[in-house]
Amino acid sequence: MRTLYPFHGGVHPADHKSESAQLGIAVAPLPQRLVVSLFQHRGSPAKPVVTIGEQVLKGQRIGAAEGMISSSVHAPSSGRITAIELHPAPHHSGLPDLSITLETDGEERWIERQPMDYCAIDPSGLRQHLQDMGVVGLGGAAFPSHVKLNANHLETLVINAAECEPYITCDDMLMRERAAEVVQGIMIAQHAMGARNVLIGIEDNKPLAIASMQAACQGTGMEVVVVPTLYPSGSTKQLIKLLTGKEVPSGGLPTQIGVQCFNVATAYSMHRVANHGEPVISRLVTLTGNVEEARNYEVLIGTPIGELVKLARPKADTTGYIMGGPMMGLPLTDLSVPVVKATNCIIATSKALFPPLPRAMPCIRCTRCAAACPADLQPQELFWFAKSKNFEKAQEYKLFDCIECGCCSYVCPSHIPLVQFYRFAKSEISAQEKDRKAADLARERHEFREFRQEREKLEKAARHAAKAAEAAARAAKTSEGGGDADVDAAAAAKKAAIQAAIERAKAKKAAVKPQNVDDLPPEAQAKIDEIDERRAQAKETAEQTVTAQNTDEGQSA
Amino acid sequence: MSMNSPLVAEQSTVSVIMLKVLGALVPAIAVYVYFFGPAILVSITLASVAALATEAAVLYLRRYPLRVYLLDGSALVTAWLLALSVPPMAPWWMVVVGTVFAILVAKHLYGGLGNNLFNPAMVGFAALMISFPAHMTQWPAPEMLAQTHWSFTQQMDFVFGGMLPADSKLDAVTMATPLDALKTQLHLDREMTDIQSGKIFSTLSGKGTEIIALLYLLGGLFLWQQRIISWHIPLSFLAAMFGTAGLFYLFDSSQYASPLFHIFAGGTMLGAFFIATDYVTSPTTLLGKLIFGAGIGVCAYIIRVFGGYPDGVAFAVLFLNSAVPLIDAYTQPRVFGHARKWFKGSKE
Repeated sequence: MRTLYPFHGGVHPADHKSESAQLGIAVAPLPQRLVVSLFQHRGSPAKPVVTIGEQVLKGQRIGAAEGMISSSVHAPSSGRITAIELHPAPHHSGLPDLSITLETDGEERWIERQPMDYCAIDPSGLRQHLQDMGVVGLGGAAFPSHVKLNANHLETLVINAAECEPYITCDDMLMRERAAEVVQGIMIAQHAMGARNVLIGIEDNKPLAIASMQAACQGTGMEVVVVPTLYPSGSTKQLIKLLTGKEVPSGGLPTQIGVQCFNVATAYSMHRVANHGEPVISRLVTLTGNVEEARNYEVLIGTPIGELVKLARPKADTTGYIMGGPMMGLPLTDLSVPVVKATNCIIATSKALFPPLPRAMPCIRCTRCAAACPADLQPQELFWFAKSKNFEKAQEYKLFDCIECGCCSYVCPSHIPLVQFYRFAKSEISAQEKDRKAADLARERHEFREFRQEREKLEKAARHAAKAAEAAARAAKTSEGGGDADVDAAAAAKKAAIQAAIERAKAKKAAVKPQNVDDLPPEAQAKIDEIDERRAQAKETAEQTVTAQNTDEGQSA
Repeated sequence: MSMNSPLVAEQSTVSVIMLKVLGALVPAIAVYVYFFGPAILVSITLASVAALATEAAVLYLRRYPLRVYLLDGSALVTAWLLALSVPPMAPWWMVVVGTVFAILVAKHLYGGLGNNLFNPAMVGFAALMISFPAHMTQWPAPEMLAQTHWSFTQQMDFVFGGMLPADSKLDAVTMATPLDALKTQLHLDREMTDIQSGKIFSTLSGKGTEIIALLYLLGGLFLWQQRIISWHIPLSFLAAMFGTAGLFYLFDSSQYASPLFHIFAGGTMLGAFFIATDYVTSPTTLLGKLIFGAGIGVCAYIIRVFGGYPDGVAFAVLFLNSAVPLIDAYTQPRVFGHARKWFKGSKE
């Protein structure tokens, strides 16, 4: 029995997992239309490499990774490209993504699939291949996996199979039914990073998955570690601590402590990529909650969620849908959004399953939040600082170590939307940081301008003095020789010199045109606009929360 | 459904917490009635009504929603704790004045629920102790020791109208508390064993009062079991008082009472489990709670033994309340992923 190193805090929300784990994985039917977002991973969006009207094959790359932290996207089925446009996407920002719409032809014609011998090529080649094949973290964060594989002589590879969020069972079912393939996928990651140990962390509420993985790991040297069911043990940092006793340094990466962590479904997709030549075009999605038939489906990326949820037959009193789990998930306002690589679960909500919370009361400093915080923070202090907009103090109390897991809000007897306050404070601090940088830049430019003007003034004065001396000398000469022609010539020369100086000044002015946001390429500008808009939205929601809270306290209802 | 995660929450509320605190006091109150008569129920009722009325008036003035804040139960907890700290034989207006002062000044002038620096019940108590010291000593004698028995009506006549029964004096039904008796007798140069042979004293501390203290302890253990309070403040409080008292007792047991006597006498148990543990006015870090509890234990002992008042719990609590922001700032725990520091000072 391996020693576990429990992290602090955690909560036990009702898990609601059995509902969707009764039936085996089913394959969702092929939709007529698939909407593939070019930005379903962290980093920069992929660039479309197809044109409208083009026929594509299943698995064909339709969006190419742009830059290091990016990933490619592929046609989930064969058909014709009908649109490349902004389309609603399941983001916390609520902003649309540039997406490729594919009219499927129902023939499911594949590209030529080429399995690779990953042991034969060097790790950087493998990483390139994984990026080209669109492998990203399928646990929900969708961080491009090839970036994380950039490590060698790793001490421990942690496979995250904890699946701690309530309701979600897609990893559980994957391990039950496809354990051997998962293990083959883990071997790829292990090989790429030269990991000495492999620890597969699974919460003890998944006995069938544990048994199946243990059987599949026989003789591989990998170890299945059963961890207690405690939210958020599936958070990367908390799972690494739990299994290895090591803490990822604040602001650092797991590789700094010789550890890397991949989700179990990501390992599975590495297997499909390397051993079958299939890019990431589908994933398992749990359909559960207020539905007649909760179940896990193998779903093509791009399937409209509104269409997908019908498979589970939502009950009549369904009030809405959540993408992800109830603790960190995203309530969906628009069901036309497509399934993306991060879509692990869709929960139909009802008043019974998600009762409205009582109104927020003042913080009474009961410290239940501090007792529940897996990051060892003092949420009640952070709340106080966030609410009073004392952002400096909030940072001093390590606001940015908050993982927004929601444990604090979950236990709060005053039902304060704590996580919202932290998101608000974080976005405000980021904005201030940006403003500060802009101000620094502006000040630097201003100071340089003053310096330049001063210098020019001095230069001009020097020139004038020189010229005056010259003129005086010439005048002395002229008075010797006499004649006005020379004086006229001197005036003309002076005029020309002035003209030349003006020209020079103009040229200089044009040359020192500021290197600021005015001259950015359109993509960068779009990116900045998007960030600004997301920030504005985050700020708005957070401010509404703050105002609501203040109003609650200041006004009679 | 809220539109921001987390979308689920535990169904616990502030009201539930406060109700459990009140519930944990009930057994001790029942025993109080058994030993000292039903007058305490009248003072609890008076304090409750005064607290709710004051709370309602201030909430109205501050334009807060009345119902939800009145139902949070915090005003009732203040009222009950104050009523239990004031002699039930004191005039009716005393507990009312104390409660109004507690809610109005100590709670709402500091910003209301969650914002007060000092424990409201203890502020109310201190105000009464300083303003009406004589009335604050009118503790009833346990019924088995009282020279005469007043009927409930006679008690109420006295509490509400100051009328003594025809053939009786106040001294006939009141008595010095064990702590009070100890203090005055020691001034008369009497030996501890001699003093403690007095009829008010018993095995642990005083007759009747020691049983009430035991039930406060049980109620506190219930709150701990219910995870309403953590063990840190009560344990460090009791341990510090026991330790300090133990040192003096070892030094000279003829002049200093036993440590067991001290933790079962006066307001120790009520203070350790119900007053010092008040969320709003105690530290939030675990180390801070230990320091806070220990500080109260030591200060209460010092005030009790060397100060002018027979008991020191209330003043010790208020004193340590004022140190809470400082304690919190200097006891911030290490955050996940940060290096361990020996001195965790705030930058300010």
